[in-house]
Amino acid sequence: MASSGSAGLLHRSPRLRLGLLLGPPMLWLGVLYLGSLAALFITSLWTVDAFGAGIQRTWTLENFRTLFTLDVYRTITFRTLLTAVAVTVIDGLVAVPVALFMAKVASPRWQRILVILVLTPLWASYLVKAYAWRGMFSTGGPLDSVGLSPGYGLSATIVTLAYLWLPYMVLPMYAGLERLPDSLLEASADLGAGTWTTMRRVVLPVLFPAAVAGSIFTFSLTLGDYIAVKIVGGTNQLLGNVVYDSFLTGNNMPFAATVSLIPVVVMLAYLTAVRRTGALENL
Amino acid sequence: MRLSPLTRALLGAFTALALVFVYLPLSLVLLNSFNTSRAFAWPPPGLTTRWWSQAWSSDGARSAIVVSLEVAAIATVVALVLGTMAAMALHRFRFFGRDTVSLLIILPIALPGVVTGIALANAFTTMLGLELGFLTVVVSHATFCIVTVFNNAIARMRRLGTTLEDASADLGAGTFTTFRLVTLPMLRSALLAGGLLSFALSFDEIIVTTFTAGSGVTTLPIWIYQNLFRPNQAPVVNVVAAALIVLSILPIWLAQRLAGTDESVAAAR
Repeated sequence: MASSGSAGLLHRSPRLRLGLLLGPPMLWLGVLYLGSLAALFITSLWTVDAFGAGIQRTWTLENFRTLFTLDVYRTITFRTLLTAVAVTVIDGLVAVPVALFMAKVASPRWQRILVILVLTPLWASYLVKAYAWRGMFSTGGPLDSVGLSPGYGLSATIVTLAYLWLPYMVLPMYAGLERLPDSLLEASADLGAGTWTTMRRVVLPVLFPAAVAGSIFTFSLTLGDYIAVKIVGGTNQLLGNVVYDSFLTGNNMPFAATVSLIPVVVMLAYLTAVRRTGALENL
Repeated sequence: MRLSPLTRALLGAFTALALVFVYLPLSLVLLNSFNTSRAFAWPPPGLTTRWWSQAWSSDGARSAIVVSLEVAAIATVVALVLGTMAAMALHRFRFFGRDTVSLLIILPIALPGVVTGIALANAFTTMLGLELGFLTVVVSHATFCIVTVFNNAIARMRRLGTTLEDASADLGAGTFTTFRLVTLPMLRSALLAGGLLSFALSFDEIIVTTFTAGSGVTTLPIWIYQNLFRPNQAPVVNVVAAALIVLSILPIWLAQRLAGTDESVAAAR
């Protein structure tokens, strides 16, 4: 029974087995998804005709010229990168003590509870959380009534985004620290290292790849967001807004495609840079 | 390293503060769903359950929930099949380009949402000449859901190794028999956890959805977003938001029951 028919053939030929296993996911991700990214690049080299009648499939660098010469796009690009960096730094600074407490101080029972407490907001709707901050920052709202609200604007956007992506930074750090055996920390102390030396030479090497893994999410999610900034950002625009507005209201797919290549380039550069840290294995 | 009692206390205090920061806005949404003031006056002038009954009979919210459930269910099934296949291929075989394949699997979540959204929308409309609608939303959602199933499945496979499958093959079981009787039971709870996460991810997604849904498909997040800035709909939207917060406890509780804490950490990524 075991060697009958196709199962037998599969059993004898590992290459066939690999091909059949890998084929469908690669068709989906390699052809459909990568193909779409390639098509995005091709579309960025096209243009729309002046009357908005549709896409003109003639090769031109017009979109790139607009993108690089108009000041407004440079401002928005820098604002977006700055927001992404600020969000990543804030999340990193908040996540280290929290992850350290969860993994190395809390009792096993509390550890479980804390993991659940950190995870639960991840399951709560993204829009709900952004919207919750709209309530927090509103004029006459809870923060304003104690004089702490910056109002809708860029700082409100940074706080909201940092809030939204915080679990993505805490979890890899916690997972990394949790795998670090306590005996290693004790050994370091027994060998005469002070707390700071141990932190620097034992804890940090574990924390760093985890932080990089987390930062891929905080960075990429911020670069790709245009909704939170619409909810709490006032009149500020990020790259995502330009992409979405060109796509929908401007009906200019080629220009939207051109703008969306900026986050692609930034993320690919980032992924290439961090590939060596082993962070990608931590995702 | 032995953390001094003071350091421990400080770390604890900071963690508590961070959790307050995490839960404060969510509690505000819950509280405001009972706020008698339509404009969410602070502090609430009074409490009422009126908005909850209004939301319950909101047709727009109801049909949006149905659409979201359908999209999430189909996308999750696709992700379960493709994610498991990819995990088995990467776990059992060493081949040229293996690293590139694993990078390709995480790419849809490593690249920003607007990029995935516009790339797929552009491919569907400009290149393939498709009309944006239900199908394009499902295909897009499945694309970024594959990685969650893949992560859960491969984490379980790495932990359990290949010895049981090898033993099954040695005892004469064919490829399909081994999969049905050994691999699948081994993976069951990991796949449930991954599928659950994939479902939640799809149910909640808005950025890719706004690009690929066209005007005909209204998922729950799109409905919330459309009504967010309409003053007379605000209390109903707020109730839906509050209900989603309460319901979010359900999948996390299930995931905890299905897999250990370690794997629910992995599942969340």
